[in-house]
Amino acid sequence: MSVDKDTVRRIARLARIAVPEARIAPMADELNGIFQWVEMLGEVDAEGVPAMTSVAAQKLKWRKDEVSDGGQADALTQNAPDSEDHFFIVPKVVE
Amino acid sequence: MAASNDLISMTLAQARDALRDGKVSSRELTGAFVSAIEAAKPLNAFITESGEQALKMADASDQRIAKGEGGALEGLPLAIKDLFCTRGTRTTAASKILGEFVPPYESTVTQNLWDAGAVMLGKTNLDEFAMGSSNETSFFGPVFNPWRANDSNANLVPGGSSGGSAAAVAADLCLAATGTDTGGSIRQPAAVTGRVGLKPTYGRCSRFGIVAFASSLDQAGPMTKTVRDAAIMLKTMASVDAKDSTSADLAVPDYEQLMEGSIKGLRVGIPKEYRIDGVPAEIDALWTRGADWLKAQGAEIVEVSLPHTKYALPTYYIVAPAEASSNLARYDGVRFGYRAADPKDITDLYERSRGEGFGAEVQRRVLIGTYVLSAGYYDAYYAKAQKLRTLIARDFTSAFDQCDVLLTPATPGPAFAIGSKTADPLEMYLNDVFTVTVNLAGLPGIAVPAGLTANGLPLGLQLIGKAFDEGTLLRAARAVEEAADFKHSPAKWWSV
Amino acid sequence: MSAPAKAKTIKGETGDWEIVIGMEVHAQVLSESKLFSGASTRFGADPNSQVSFVDAGFPGMLPVINEKCVEQAVRTGLGLKAQINMSSIFDRKNYFYPDLPQGYQISQYKNPIVGEGEVLIDLKDGETIPVGIERLHLEQDAGKSLHDQHPDSSYVDLNRSGIALMEIVTKPHMRSSEEAAAFLKKLRAIVRYLGTCDGNMDEGSMRADVNVSVCKIGGYEEFRRTGSFKTLGTRCEIKNVNSMRFIAQAVEYEARRQVDLIEGGGTVVQETRLFDSRAGETRSMRSKEEAHDYRYFPDPDLLPLELDPAWVEAIRASLPELPDEKKARFMALGLSAYDAAVLVSERETADYFEAMLAAGAEAKAAVNWLNNEYFGRLNKAGLAINDGPVSAKANADIVAMVAEGLISGKIAKDVLDIEWETRTGDPRAAIVEARGMKQVTDTGAIDAAIEAVIAANPDKVEEVKAKPKLAGWFVGQVMKQTGGKANPAAVNAALKVRLNLPDEG
Ligand SMILES: [Mg+2]
Ligand SMILES: [Zn+2]
Repeated sequence: MSVDKDTVRRIARLARIAVPEARIAPMADELNGIFQWVEMLGEVDAEGVPAMTSVAAQKLKWRKDEVSDGGQADALTQNAPDSEDHFFIVPKVVE
Repeated sequence: MAASNDLISMTLAQARDALRDGKVSSRELTGAFVSAIEAAKPLNAFITESGEQALKMADASDQRIAKGEGGALEGLPLAIKDLFCTRGTRTTAASKILGEFVPPYESTVTQNLWDAGAVMLGKTNLDEFAMGSSNETSFFGPVFNPWRANDSNANLVPGGSSGGSAAAVAADLCLAATGTDTGGSIRQPAAVTGRVGLKPTYGRCSRFGIVAFASSLDQAGPMTKTVRDAAIMLKTMASVDAKDSTSADLAVPDYEQLMEGSIKGLRVGIPKEYRIDGVPAEIDALWTRGADWLKAQGAEIVEVSLPHTKYALPTYYIVAPAEASSNLARYDGVRFGYRAADPKDITDLYERSRGEGFGAEVQRRVLIGTYVLSAGYYDAYYAKAQKLRTLIARDFTSAFDQCDVLLTPATPGPAFAIGSKTADPLEMYLNDVFTVTVNLAGLPGIAVPAGLTANGLPLGLQLIGKAFDEGTLLRAARAVEEAADFKHSPAKWWSV
Repeated sequence: MSAPAKAKTIKGETGDWEIVIGMEVHAQVLSESKLFSGASTRFGADPNSQVSFVDAGFPGMLPVINEKCVEQAVRTGLGLKAQINMSSIFDRKNYFYPDLPQGYQISQYKNPIVGEGEVLIDLKDGETIPVGIERLHLEQDAGKSLHDQHPDSSYVDLNRSGIALMEIVTKPHMRSSEEAAAFLKKLRAIVRYLGTCDGNMDEGSMRADVNVSVCKIGGYEEFRRTGSFKTLGTRCEIKNVNSMRFIAQAVEYEARRQVDLIEGGGTVVQETRLFDSRAGETRSMRSKEEAHDYRYFPDPDLLPLELDPAWVEAIRASLPELPDEKKARFMALGLSAYDAAVLVSERETADYFEAMLAAGAEAKAAVNWLNNEYFGRLNKAGLAINDGPVSAKANADIVAMVAEGLISGKIAKDVLDIEWETRTGDPRAAIVEARGMKQVTDTGAIDAAIEAVIAANPDKVEEVKAKPKLAGWFVGQVMKQTGGKANPAAVNAALKVRLNLPDEG
């Protein structure tokens, strides 16, 4: 599996990262280097081995259904690049 | 009042006792560190210094001590990796994308420290989002290792990603520091700065409030001058936290007490697969010496096999970027952090904020992660890597049938020169070769300073323990520490 | 097993076509706090006032699951007669959108909490048909983007972000717009009986995505026989159809569009469409056209969700009587399938009906009275059954007065109108008062009337001695004799003595 420039553009788009055109080819090379190295996993027959779901050998914690949070619209929006009346503001989204 | 150099060179345990006995005040101690940090600017160990706040915290500690009310870390000045969210103090993850983010909340680990009376000196530098092994990917510039080779004035890396914390501990800029370890980010920098770094069992310290890199691997831990100090720090950092679904529901034992005692009869495993081509002879020699030290103290040395070791690093470089690509999706320029100027639409806002806000290494890993999770590649990469993790974890389980702890090198070499490995990402990734297996299996590991290279640079040994058996791990680490008798400190070239 | 649904065909130029419909319903879980945070789920609060840093995707925040939401999902699964999976997994569905703060939705992909089940839907003709449930999974809701506040900007409110949803996915087992609407109605009834969702479509507590395809006659039967989707057409997903009426309209429009498209030589492309309720048509959603690649993977912040079988059994034991069971019980009282289905479609209506029975009304008479008189008045006034002015006891009294022969059916309507206005809660007293009639409790007058009735009906006297339950007939006759003025209790007592009837045990 080789990563070409179009693949880099596609995954950059999926990841919502603007990669300058000049970086596309070098990035493809870097990723190819890494993926070629990773190919060694192909040597291992992992048929029937369960995928690890968690290294923590314990049960998921459950919490009680209680309102214990919220009421902090100021704190929530104080770091926002753009906000008004406690709304976060973004460029118009067309549906 | 003792001379300022004597104050800052104390261990955490010594300072604790001195404060308790009234030999020094927290204000004196904290003031000495604030001055030391001021003088150590060339190291670039801190992103945010909070001297004023530290002195206020110190005064409050002194009052509590006067009333006999002090907590376990009362009045002790610490440095905090800038990946822990600290209420009211800027938290950057060493990234441009977090901008001037000031968390309105506190991470559980740091809250535990403040509740115990500790004093915060500032937020230490790191690789951007903890992605790196040399602290060269920080938006705030690289950290310099306080150590230099005795035949050169070249600046060396402090290791990464907790490079700022490692440098701060090694240069006596704090009594101890917090770090986080996803693939070796506590142990590797501790080793190349001649200090102790402990990555606890996954789930021992809460991840709540720590900027996530790879959720199934991240774990906070202490970076200290001694093994005892690591035990003291871990006792307070660790907790059972209802805010982290993966935190362990196990009471936190007294590690300082568990650390005491002989290692007579302790079975120490030497994993044969950790003998890797291309690793300097000095490292191998140190490893052998370490085994001899433990044997001399009554331990039994057994050779064990961890057959899937060579697959750990590529497995890691699938799992960690995959999780990171998702964890870092929240940095989108909408609710906090950096937003690109004049976005023409929402996609442009996302793409440019993230393109301008993330550095090269973070972008590379996010793209790797996006790729391995994408349609058609998931099974070949992510699913396969998660199976490999199971095999790697099983290797450890069977090894621990034969032994109580494992002894390995901590790093494949000493600190290297700034810029010498940045061209090839793969070469950089290889720095984690000895540490990353431990994260994949969720086990505790500790790096202990064990010697110097021929040109005077520190090297460490790593011990790996069974899950939640940090007590035994610390006891073995103490044995290495005592035998190594590592008393070296870097020459203070930065504060002339 | 019931027979599969009958096809409602549409005529095309090349022959008849059948419609095949599947649904994905998002039902908001009734809980105080959100799925993974302690923020409130209350509707209509100030912007971003019910948001935790977890819901807003702030750095270092971690999800912790709400036990009530798990319980509600299990309860719903049991109500759908579905398989409960003792181990399920939360996955991340990754995509960028301003109202999705984490950059992913925590959902369940390969291992949902609830597996296959079945819902019986009730059609107008009284027929009942089964619709297969594919799965039910738990997931987080997104926030809300407001697009009409500013010409160039959208405003994001995260109050809804992180509220628990149950996504309920059906098999493609519905075959007409009527069936699709009936399914949603039944599902809504079930979750409301269970108390797991308030079913409020106006507030978005229930939102349906409708998958529509068309195929040539026989294609569906073939699909049911083989399980292979090959004989079904390509489906289009119509997003967020938020009322029963719109569902029918959207299905009709979309099926016709697909038939016309195919017959005109085109092919249906699998896509997401939007129902424009003003134009009454479906439209391709341009913004969703970009190929999605959600990169699902297990959420590493959460461990697998493991259920304790004893806990699940305790929930099963606590389930209320559900619409189908209630319907069967009502039918055993003599109600038609249709009447019973109408009564049980809202729990409040069924409860009201049962309160009437408890107050002495006869079942069939009560349902007729409700259907013919009371429901119509409520509808006209736009009132829900529990907000109506006439109590179940009052309606039961009216129905009983008619049965007793105290008033005629025609008078009963007047009595209802009066009760609607006056709300006395006691129409029996009210009507007697209004007509200037005083109840006769004078035993002399009652005895005289009894004697007259006995004298006129010697054969009935023998009958009632054999079957004391028939005493009611005598009561009616005596009431008639007294012009409705006698007190029925006094009549009853006097009759018992006169005819030597045993006390009821
Ligand atoms: Mg869906
Ligand atoms: Zn959904």
